[in-house]
Amino acid sequence: MLNWISQNFKTFLLVELVRGLSVTGRHLFKRKTTIQYPEEKTPKSPRFRGLHALRRYPNGEERCIACKLCEAVCPALAITIESEERNDGTRRTTRYDIDLFKCIYCGFCEEACPVDSIVETDIHEFHFENRGENVMTKEMLLAVGDQYEQQIADARRADSAFR
Amino acid sequence: MSTLLSLWGQLPFAIQVAIESLVKIVAILVPLLLMVAYVTYAERKIIGYIQVRVGPNRVGPRGWLQPIADFLKLFFKEIVIPTNANRALFISAPVLSLIPALAAWAVIPFTETLVLANLDIGLLYILALTSMGVYGVIVAGWASNSKYAFLGAMRSAAQIVAYEIAMGFALVGLLMAAGSLNLVEIVKAQQGGLHQWYLWPMFPLFLVYFISGVAETNRAPFDVAEGESEIVAGFHVEYSGISFMVFFMAEYANMLLIATLAAIMFLGGWYAPFDIAPFNWIPPFFWLFGKVAVFMFVFLWLRATFPRYRYDQIMRLGWKVFIPVTLVWITVIGVFRFLTPWGFIFR
Repeated sequence: MLNWISQNFKTFLLVELVRGLSVTGRHLFKRKTTIQYPEEKTPKSPRFRGLHALRRYPNGEERCIACKLCEAVCPALAITIESEERNDGTRRTTRYDIDLFKCIYCGFCEEACPVDSIVETDIHEFHFENRGENVMTKEMLLAVGDQYEQQIADARRADSAFR
Repeated sequence: MSTLLSLWGQLPFAIQVAIESLVKIVAILVPLLLMVAYVTYAERKIIGYIQVRVGPNRVGPRGWLQPIADFLKLFFKEIVIPTNANRALFISAPVLSLIPALAAWAVIPFTETLVLANLDIGLLYILALTSMGVYGVIVAGWASNSKYAFLGAMRSAAQIVAYEIAMGFALVGLLMAAGSLNLVEIVKAQQGGLHQWYLWPMFPLFLVYFISGVAETNRAPFDVAEGESEIVAGFHVEYSGISFMVFFMAEYANMLLIATLAAIMFLGGWYAPFDIAPFNWIPPFFWLFGKVAVFMFVFLWLRATFPRYRYDQIMRLGWKVFIPVTLVWITVIGVFRFLTPWGFIFR
């Protein structure tokens, strides 16, 4: 009987509802977790997999030897490679295309590469404005590699202990 | 100036009255619509803060121009009319829902003298107009010729019928106490400070009134008429651009109306809570404004807190809980006032 009375008392005074409101009311004054994106950014892991790049050796020779392991391992079939023998007798790519629309940024190409040529940088803020710009050619990939070589090398070194 | 005054004197009396009322109407509607715009901003900010975000802060300093940007965006968007929609009804529906929401403000007293029409049946007028608002929703749902819109309209109709009764009964209890339908008289009966407010003797009616008000305006947790997760956007799925915005304005104007009515009926309208020094320095209008702001905050707080009711639970709450509660409390008021010496509690 007493239980029944207190039960009804609680129902009619909306006790449970007020309890819920107090929870949200407390959150009103909590510190906000918002990150004001273009001005503030979250830290990125050295393992971050973003835009691709082709690297060179310090002497300027491109690393890629056209073994096509990346093309074979790519689950999205985003990589297209054609190769020829160069005048000095080495095998080099004549075409190295990555279709960024197909790419799923899994990082398998980077792991498959025996000479650490194809890598994924931590660049994630890129966009295309016209059809066809989604295909990164060999020149574009090498240019990214040349421009960000320092960052790429730093990221690999930071992560090397865990590889 | 003197020529203007003489020109004014030459006008026929009827035209003078008409111009005067027009100016008053504009003076009420323009701040009201600005409030509506900034309630949307307040809603996004407050709900954002409750969800531990910061809310809109990009347009203008701290996002203060966000409502203006929203307005411009909606204003310049295309209005799409579905092929099989009933064009005339489709276009008139938003207007049908906005007009009652705005017209009801005619009898709202902002202070003892600041009222457009001091009607003796003010409360009846407001009840009549707020129930008109449902036609906009039903017509919109019907004219859209879309199943989601139709479902939303039907839900809204049933819900408003149920809660209209509870809301009306809650106000009947108040009328028994105040003995008048005139809103100015009702507020005057609460003169003298916090303890005179009808909030205390009418507490159950106040709860019923406010919750029914939330249901009447189709606000969360009673927003089954819109029900984003079930029926997309309910009655206004097919609306875009400015016609959508008109629905939005009607909803927020109605919220403001319910909040203002709650302040007038239960919190002593424009009277200060204590009739002593620091409190009665603040002009009466700002007391009303502050009370309305509190209720608006509660509206947003409720939306940020509670999940949507299941439809049959809404019906159960309306018919089986609120209406009996109000009936019982009306009986209690009547018995106390007329059959016992303790009638002064309910004055």
